[in-house]
Amino acid sequence: MTATAPRRTGAVTPGRGTSETPPRRAAIAERTLRTDRWWLQPLITVVVLVLFVVYSSVRAFQNAHYFAEPYISPFYSPCLTTACEGDTFPELFTGPSWISPAIYILVVPLGFRLTCYYYRKAYYRSFWQSPPACAVAEPHRRYTGETRLPLLGQNLHRYFFYAGLVFNVILTYDAVLAFRDETGAWGHMGLGTLVLLANAALLWLYSLSCHSCRHIVGGRLNSFSRHPLRYRFWTVVSKLNAHHMKFAWVSLVGVAFADFYVLLLATDTISDLRFF
Amino acid sequence: MTYDATFRVWRGDAAGGDLQTFTVEVNEGEVVLDVIHRLQSTQAGDLAVRWNCKAGKCGSCSAEINGRPRLMCMTRMSTFGEAETVTVTPLRTFPVVRDLVTDVSYNYEKAAQIPAFTPRPREADGSHRMQQVDVERSQEFRKCIECFLCQDTCHVIRDHEENKAVFAGPRFLIRLAELDMHPLDVVDRRHEAQDDFGLGYCNITKCCSEVCPEGIHLTDNGIIPLKERVVDRRYDPLTWLGSKIRRRPRD
Amino acid sequence: MVELERHEYDVVVVGAGGAGLRAAIAAQESGARTAVVCKSLLGKAHTVMAEGGIAAAMANTYPEDNWRVHFRDTMRGGKMLNHWRMAQLHAQEAPDRVRELEDWGALFDRTPDGLISQRDFGGHRYARLAHVGDRTGLELIRTLQQRTVALGIDVYMECTVTRLLTGRGGGAGGDGADGVTGAFGYWRESGRFVAWSAPSVVLATGGIGKSYKVTSNSWEYTGDGHSLALQAGATLVNMEFVQFHPTGMVWPPSVRGILVTESVRGDGGILKNSAGNRFMFDYIPDFFRKETAETEDEADRWYEDKKNNRRPPELLPRDEVARAINSEVKAGRGTPHGGVYLDIASRRSPEYIRKRLPSMYHQFKELAEVDITAEAMEVGPTCHYVMGGVEVDPDTEAARVPGLFAAGEVAGGMHGSNRLGGNSLSDLLVFGRRAGLAAAEHARMHPVRTALPDDALADAARAALAPFEREGGENPYTVQHDLQQTMHDLVGIIRTAPEMQQALDRIAALKERVANLSVEGHRQYNPGWHLALDLPHMLVVSECIARAALERQESRGGHTRDDFPATDAEWARTNLICSRAPDGSVALTRQPLPQMPAELAEVFEEVPA
Repeated sequence: MTATAPRRTGAVTPGRGTSETPPRRAAIAERTLRTDRWWLQPLITVVVLVLFVVYSSVRAFQNAHYFAEPYISPFYSPCLTTACEGDTFPELFTGPSWISPAIYILVVPLGFRLTCYYYRKAYYRSFWQSPPACAVAEPHRRYTGETRLPLLGQNLHRYFFYAGLVFNVILTYDAVLAFRDETGAWGHMGLGTLVLLANAALLWLYSLSCHSCRHIVGGRLNSFSRHPLRYRFWTVVSKLNAHHMKFAWVSLVGVAFADFYVLLLATDTISDLRFF
Repeated sequence: MTYDATFRVWRGDAAGGDLQTFTVEVNEGEVVLDVIHRLQSTQAGDLAVRWNCKAGKCGSCSAEINGRPRLMCMTRMSTFGEAETVTVTPLRTFPVVRDLVTDVSYNYEKAAQIPAFTPRPREADGSHRMQQVDVERSQEFRKCIECFLCQDTCHVIRDHEENKAVFAGPRFLIRLAELDMHPLDVVDRRHEAQDDFGLGYCNITKCCSEVCPEGIHLTDNGIIPLKERVVDRRYDPLTWLGSKIRRRPRD
Repeated sequence: MVELERHEYDVVVVGAGGAGLRAAIAAQESGARTAVVCKSLLGKAHTVMAEGGIAAAMANTYPEDNWRVHFRDTMRGGKMLNHWRMAQLHAQEAPDRVRELEDWGALFDRTPDGLISQRDFGGHRYARLAHVGDRTGLELIRTLQQRTVALGIDVYMECTVTRLLTGRGGGAGGDGADGVTGAFGYWRESGRFVAWSAPSVVLATGGIGKSYKVTSNSWEYTGDGHSLALQAGATLVNMEFVQFHPTGMVWPPSVRGILVTESVRGDGGILKNSAGNRFMFDYIPDFFRKETAETEDEADRWYEDKKNNRRPPELLPRDEVARAINSEVKAGRGTPHGGVYLDIASRRSPEYIRKRLPSMYHQFKELAEVDITAEAMEVGPTCHYVMGGVEVDPDTEAARVPGLFAAGEVAGGMHGSNRLGGNSLSDLLVFGRRAGLAAAEHARMHPVRTALPDDALADAARAALAPFEREGGENPYTVQHDLQQTMHDLVGIIRTAPEMQQALDRIAALKERVANLSVEGHRQYNPGWHLALDLPHMLVVSECIARAALERQESRGGHTRDDFPATDAEWARTNLICSRAPDGSVALTRQPLPQMPAELAEVFEEVPA
């Protein structure tokens, strides 16, 4: 009953009439008139992300010190190499030895974070400066956003999310295994157990608060009232989603710290604080 | 509580213009628009400014204050120091008409291109039954007062005039989201969202959400869910396969 | 010949608020080529300021509700001075007008059954206001705007009509009387002139509040429509009745007058004076005593159990509450800034307040740095609405000039001496649609189009440019300020004969000053010039208000005379009609009130109070 009527041109006629000069924006030379320190936020983002990338690259290529019974670094889990052989970890698969297993393990979490709606904002703003801050002109002459490859690939985010869930399960399993001692006997707990537990928990929070997750559990529905259970899920995920940025940063630092802690143990720099 | 403030106001038109400095009285509780009005009635009778309700409900008095897109009627003078110079300029993204008034017809053209709302038939008793939880998401977007600050701040068109042809801007992406989530609407606009309204141009840098005077979560609640819905339709083989096999309309 | 852009339509609607857009939709849908001309951008009209809701007896929350109860409430709220036929049509058609908004995309708040939720408001027997939080006007305007765009109606944005063109032929009446032939105006942006040739013109220009100092109205409310209609030969009715909304903001000064929605009281807010007393119990008039609670306990129970308790006095019609607040402040029991306290913080939880009144919360937080969930608001009366307007035929909204129609606030008669909250939005929809249909029909009956005469266009252009010709004249802002002060001081809530006489003298002096205004700059988006062209409208309307108010020697609804404090039976049967005298001044005549048919009069017997 309310189909769109055929439109004439100029359905809305704005008050034109200044024909002397073609339409032009106000002539303001400054890139921005913002008086606050708008550059601070992107700067912090760059510094933290660069530090993480440098650290994680070093560790990923190092292919060593990722294992200290009963803990395994999240960068190298699941244990795909023979380096864990003979220990208490199950051997799943043996990868080629010329490449650090971290490289192909990290593809998934890296892809998940790279296509994450929050990180996209962070690196588009800080690295690509598109835009560096709101109402501050970006330096690029052309801009096509995520309309073409490779950035069209950002739409694959939900597959990285699914795959990321598998890794969350594995890392949770690792944290559970950390309740065994070096000999494989249950009933142990050290600071490392806590570190791995916290790491897993943060990763769950980060994954479950993800925008794709919010869409999948219920956001795609148009009638919540006909799906009360999924509406409940959606409500919970929506609450988490409001903190997605926070979880993104905290879990990032958490992963790096968990790896660093294992590194310290594996190199015998410190010894694990043992609770029982 | 009364003091003299220094204001820099952009004056001019399409042919050119510049920032002009004024010294003007400011009283307790005033907002930037009050001061602009005082300039108008005492120092510059022909200073052009667009405004209506002066209560943040109509979205007419959009401008950039110290470089930030704001409603002049909702920017209190108490947020500035007494010694601070307040710079007021027209929205940068749109062609200037005169002084602080810009030609925002781009927005009206985009609005007219969106396929109109088309409801399912009414129920037997002549009503449309919908639950509150089903209308709340679209209601958030219908809070929009069309101040076009999100359009102004969006770098896709702010920094790239040529993108105006292919990109509808955050205001109309959330209009598409509103219609897509509307419990009564039966039209699928997801292909249009991507192809005609430039959803893919948005790189979710969230400036639209930052400037929205109504506090609408444009990005998190509107644009990203819309992107996900487009993924369902176009980029997700599983969903695509599922819809082929089960042959049922979405939701 | 003056440089001019010309357009031809069947129907031209002046104003793009609720009434104008609804009229345009109706006209376009019935096949007329329709244009809307509006002073602001599309979607910015004053209708967005309406907060509470749309009154319609849909019976979604109270099955007992029906159009007869709504009709009765409306007539009683208007102190029986309403045109009975308008009140009847309004009550009967409002529910359909609301439902139809849903077909165009509106999303009202819902009841648990999934129907449109309805809220309580002053003067309404049952919860009856369809609403969306406290931004119903925005929902209404956006829905109609989107429908207008979907229908492809031409909208002339930021374009002001300065004159209606009349003449023989075209839209002229069958009896050979002069009828509407079109309209003349200018683009605000460029200052260039534009003329529309059309046999039907619908006025939907809203009200007159900008003639007052403290008002909830925006700059657009300069009474253009009232004045244009008078000039074209139409008549105005009930101009003495101006509604002062009881609750406008009073502090800080720059936001004085901005509306605080009646929903605050409908949702549990109460009024207190500086002594902390809930003073409204002292101001219950006999007319409403039977239906108003006598104790605070009963009033508080009403929110939960409306069947067995009577309404709190805070929800009396607006005129009663505004007068009560005015008296309290005058008696020295006001707040430091000259208002009274409106308290919902101590009565409802912060979550409830934020959910039900989000824009009020936001408005006070941003503009006054007051958290309404924690402290009381300071409020006082503010000029809000003019009940008076163009005298129209109730069924077609046709004015006395053939081809001229009026709907919404610019039309008179519907609300009598006082409008109930929520009845304005339903008024817009019901009569906007009727005006649009009748205007389209009128255009169909008058297929011959007359060319607009060059001399009339040239004269209109000359008049519009006059302020640029004069040098060294007065600044329009000063004159506007003086007019606002005059109306505020002398023709405000409480009126006396000597003060109004003084007001008329001052208006006469202001007229001379307006004739000598000069403006600086050029025609491109020049607000000083725009104001100079609006001022004559404001003066004519102010004069109508003052003359009619001086003439009506009684107190009723939105018209309170200190020197005649009682209602008067003779005046209860009389309307005051303003028209334009041959010399250009305002002429006033008395006219008997239309007689209500017996079967409608019965409504006042059958419905329990």
